[in-house]
Amino acid sequence: MYPNKATVEVLEQAGHMAEVRGRSLWADARSRFLKNKAAVASMIVLLLVALFALFGQVFAQWERDFIDFSLIGSNARQGVPSFETGHYFGTDASGRDLYARTVQGTQISLMVGLVGAMVAVIVGTLYGATAGYIGGRTDNLMMRTVDILMSIPFMFVLILMLVIFGRSIFMLFLGIGLISWLDMARIARGQTLTIKNKEFVEVAYATGVHPAKIILRHIVPNLLGIVIVYATLLVPSMIIFESFISFLGLGVQEPNTSLGALISEGAANVNNQVPWQLGFPLVFFVIIIFAFFFVGDGLRDALDPKDR
Amino acid sequence: MFAFIARRLAVAVPTLLILVILSFILMYTAPGGPFNSERPLPPEVLANINAKYGLDQPFWKQIATYVWGVTTQFDFGPSFQFTNRSVNDIIAQGFPVTLTYGAYSFLVAVLVGVSLGVAAAIKQNTWLDYLAVGITVGAQVLPNFVLGPILIIIFTLWLGWLPGGGWNGGQWEYVVLPVIALSTSYMASIARITRSSMLETLNTNFIRTARAKGLSTGRVIWKHALKPTMLPVLSYLGPAFVGMITGSVVVDIIFSTGGIGRFFVNSAFNRDYSVIMGITILVGALTIFFNLLVDVLYAWIDPKIRY
Repeated sequence: MYPNKATVEVLEQAGHMAEVRGRSLWADARSRFLKNKAAVASMIVLLLVALFALFGQVFAQWERDFIDFSLIGSNARQGVPSFETGHYFGTDASGRDLYARTVQGTQISLMVGLVGAMVAVIVGTLYGATAGYIGGRTDNLMMRTVDILMSIPFMFVLILMLVIFGRSIFMLFLGIGLISWLDMARIARGQTLTIKNKEFVEVAYATGVHPAKIILRHIVPNLLGIVIVYATLLVPSMIIFESFISFLGLGVQEPNTSLGALISEGAANVNNQVPWQLGFPLVFFVIIIFAFFFVGDGLRDALDPKDR
Repeated sequence: MFAFIARRLAVAVPTLLILVILSFILMYTAPGGPFNSERPLPPEVLANINAKYGLDQPFWKQIATYVWGVTTQFDFGPSFQFTNRSVNDIIAQGFPVTLTYGAYSFLVAVLVGVSLGVAAAIKQNTWLDYLAVGITVGAQVLPNFVLGPILIIIFTLWLGWLPGGGWNGGQWEYVVLPVIALSTSYMASIARITRSSMLETLNTNFIRTARAKGLSTGRVIWKHALKPTMLPVLSYLGPAFVGMITGSVVVDIIFSTGGIGRFFVNSAFNRDYSVIMGITILVGALTIFFNLLVDVLYAWIDPKIRY
């Protein structure tokens, strides 16, 4: 049986169409992202901040836990930021170099944000995808659990835990990990519901692929766009969360520090004529949060164009 | 509607119970008792104290007494640090303050946020819109613990207009700064949500119909557009409430308002378990109750919702 003329023509056309190089979803997203000037600029700022956190210590003239006893009590006059003394950002009330401490604070704050986002991506995505894919009673149970967990004021529970098990960075990460995945699970589930009835999933199901493999190989990769967007937007809220706890003095403990702890110290010394103590950590904090919001917004426009 | 409320209650009550039981178990498994200090007490004294607070009882008896006391009489037990005060005394002292400025903040956030959002949506792409968007973006990066010190620097240290702390029985000068610090970021979020929701609503067919009938803009907005616009705002109120009640801890510390947050943090440093638990449970109960309220309100406003 020969194909009729119309079919041949269509096939010829198809041949031509294939010559036009298709743009993948990611290439498309990248070009859209690069057009967004605020997002690109924020990305560069974030890179600079990350470099500052990683290598800033190299340029510090003082160890971050070195206490200069001659400056205690007189840091309003002698601890002024200057290049001559090597205290670029001045000193704090205990005579410690604020530059070195800001570097460490930035490190810890960025790490908190990234760990929170990572837990959200791994646990939240898998949880949401599993609930959405299985559906029915299991889905109902899993999502009701998330609802219940979300209706608990977690900050208070986390502080309760910090008091009972001792204050440490590990507990802080644990607490942040415990809450960060909830929103992500909801988002991932919602997306999964729209994906799971697509043909490629049906084909995989019909050919007898194991459900776990369908989730990992077919569903999760298709969630990635939205997951990346929300992970980026989650980073600043995790940083704010950690800073909040450190502000109360319950988070990162001395001699370590985070931006929240530094802001808290600066705020406590507002009356002592040492504006740099609040100023420098605050500037870094605001820049990081701002940049992450803009990058997240840019990514959302690039990867999830329908939701503007 | 009644069945819907009953079903929500059927979830809310167990949630609260789980919170109570969970926090008690957390406390019970804590390494070291509440009276272990640097200088060990003589064993007889410790035994006496433990007996006084019922800590010598078996686990099941302790948890039953606690849960029973909390659920039936709202009795959170005695404080472990202040011998002559109960947790209820501490809550009774601090909670009215928190409630006062919390309620003002909530009102300000909702009223200002919604008005700003609606105004920005109606006057889209004018200076008013840009101003509103600018405020919302700016407020996102200024969480309450950052905004508080900044407000004190500007209004107390530089301008000298308002006191930078204290409560003074709730005199208005003392309430203004805490309310601004607490409400701004939520006001901004509400404005943002209202704006995008209103823009969406204004593009729907029934609004076009309303305009085509020749209704005035004000009437279109008030009578037709506002109700569907409020739905996303309403579902944000739950998280906003949690955020504000959490933020009140910081406000209490920055402005020394004497609310419940100060006691909470002090107890966290003193390892005063019963106070922390009591406040956590109280806040949890409030949150769960508020979420219930929002759900019911949502179902009442939106006829499409199934219940």
